[in-house]
Amino acid sequence: MELTICWLYGRTMNIYGDRGNVLALAQRCRWRGIEARVIELGVGEPLEPGRCDIFFWGGGQDREQVAAARDLQGPKGEILRREIEEGAPLLAICGGYQLLGHYYRPHQGEPLPGLGVFDAWTEAGSRRMIGNVVVESEEFGELVGFENHSGRTFLGPQARPLGRVRVGCGNNGEDKTEGCRYRNAIGCYLHGPVLPKNPQLADFLIEAALRRRYGEVTLPPLDDTLERLAHASAVSRAQSAR
Amino acid sequence: MDPRLSLAVGVSRLSAAAIRRLGRGGGTALPGLLATLIDPGALGKLSRQLPGGCVVVAGTNGKTTTARMLATILEQAGHRVVHNRSGSNLVRGITAAFAEQSSLLGRVRGEIAVIEADEAAFPAVVRQTRPRIVLLLNLFRDQLDRYGELDTVARSWGEALRALPAESRVVVNVDDPTLAALTGELAGRRLAFGLAERRVALDRLPHAADASVCRRCGTAFTYRAAFISHLGDYRCPGCGFERPPLDVAAGSIALEGLERLSFEVTVPGRKPWPVEVPLSGLYNVYNALAAVAASLALGIVPEVIQAGLAATRAAFGRLERVSYRGRSLVIVLIKNPTGLNEVVRMLASARVEAPLLVLINDLDADGRDVSWLWDADLEPLSEARFPVFTGGIRGADMALRLKYAGVPQERLRVLGDLPGALDAFVSELAPGQTGYILPTYTAMLALRRALAGRGVAPAFWRQ
Repeated sequence: MELTICWLYGRTMNIYGDRGNVLALAQRCRWRGIEARVIELGVGEPLEPGRCDIFFWGGGQDREQVAAARDLQGPKGEILRREIEEGAPLLAICGGYQLLGHYYRPHQGEPLPGLGVFDAWTEAGSRRMIGNVVVESEEFGELVGFENHSGRTFLGPQARPLGRVRVGCGNNGEDKTEGCRYRNAIGCYLHGPVLPKNPQLADFLIEAALRRRYGEVTLPPLDDTLERLAHASAVSRAQSAR
Repeated sequence: MDPRLSLAVGVSRLSAAAIRRLGRGGGTALPGLLATLIDPGALGKLSRQLPGGCVVVAGTNGKTTTARMLATILEQAGHRVVHNRSGSNLVRGITAAFAEQSSLLGRVRGEIAVIEADEAAFPAVVRQTRPRIVLLLNLFRDQLDRYGELDTVARSWGEALRALPAESRVVVNVDDPTLAALTGELAGRRLAFGLAERRVALDRLPHAADASVCRRCGTAFTYRAAFISHLGDYRCPGCGFERPPLDVAAGSIALEGLERLSFEVTVPGRKPWPVEVPLSGLYNVYNALAAVAASLALGIVPEVIQAGLAATRAAFGRLERVSYRGRSLVIVLIKNPTGLNEVVRMLASARVEAPLLVLINDLDADGRDVSWLWDADLEPLSEARFPVFTGGIRGADMALRLKYAGVPQERLRVLGDLPGALDAFVSELAPGQTGYILPTYTAMLALRRALAGRGVAPAFWRQ
């Protein structure tokens, strides 16, 4: 079996160790004998429908976010939206997450249009929310990461959060929600990077991709001793000093 | 006499002496803080007394080493140098360094200052000291939780540079496209340095390359050569922005193991001359070249520069060697992905086959976000045969990073925090064997304390 991981805007939006998520997806495939190919898709490069199995989109600085938002106005964004509707697994962090909502409104200038996959919108805030985060998710259990954002994301009535924050600010620092879920897409503010320390999320994405391409499959378990150790140490760090 | 300044200097010096007597470390932060509280203008008043002016050194990587090299060269030239040698590089630490070298009446005993400034403190330091020379090394992604995005730092530097006195000169590493763009308008007062040597270039741009996109038009640069991260000989296919011509260049670079490096200094229209430095790694070529360029801007002759560089010693925790219980420990500070990449590259190119201990802390001075470990290219370690130990507050994160870099789990061990991790690591070394320790900043301080408690390593404030 083989999977193609598409790293959206990998060169321009890859802040705060986000590429660790791509490494985690690829390695966790390889350790199970699944061939993993990673392709980077940058501004101006077309997306071919059906070619990619898993999408990853990281955070970036404002300038790069504007370029990506512009790039997705048109057929490329339409194809990505259709892939997600049809069940393609996707993980988007921070800047990428924001552009999957309806819009991102910066401090100055016009709002950046998003893909509207998530029923959510983001407003630039004056306070930067920085620190360790622990999230309780019904679907995935305890998640741990590090947030660093000033954008405040609000969920609309159709949106389902990824979980609720136990430590940290989450989507907006007010309503205790963190992230958003839709079909097999996950958007959130968890850097860290999130997948290595929360391998159940990585395996969810891999399994969804395999099902889509190969039908019913069960993922063989891996030895996650170090993953659990790093997860536990990050959680205890979050609880003692956010 | 200025009674307020005099009081600030006196309090700073007395409190520093008291802290040292209590054995509580180098004593730079609190004394400097007290001094700035008593006289917020203390740094400006002290620094502007110097007949030779101030050189302010800034950059993400290499500040401490470069400032040391430059101070050694200036001492070699016979100057009395004021220098924040301990690496305390915020306004308060710099103020304390000046107070330490001043009389109780607030007169500075020195001719010229070499000041290393923290990225975030750079604008305030420049505003107060009105430097004769600003020496800009590089801008890498570092501690984003503290400094904000690279663009934010670059913008604040741009504003500080525009406010410089007209007679100030800016000596800048133009291999860094961000710095070249920031100093583009200063052309007449800019002294540009960089590498003119294709042989040391990387095969491809590393992942942690932070600024590989043109700031003017957003197009990705093409590189004729990439040396470290995004440092190189670049050109923007979009708007034509490219590395400006070099006023001072390093060529014929020779990196000889972990012992020494050498290169030739080329200034257009003059005969190249060699320098030799008892440090290793390409990043130290950049540091030495920066010190050479600043020295030339100060009018120092090549012979003195050569002698100064030859006399340079490794700074606190920068490839420092310590002998302990019959083992040899080499300590290399790691602060950010690019620094870690270069250490891994240096160990690989010197074919070092020795056990490694990587100590990761996440306190304020280290950066509380450890995600930077994932921006470093640790994959070269997957092929080594030696065991890799990890420790510190976030040692488990480091072990996980190494696992995903392909290091087999049986070669990985998590040792926990200092000082226990030091003892466990040393007991894994055979007598006479060398071990490499790579700590983050506060882990290095803890390592220092652990070693000092066992009777080794000099106190850094006496260096």
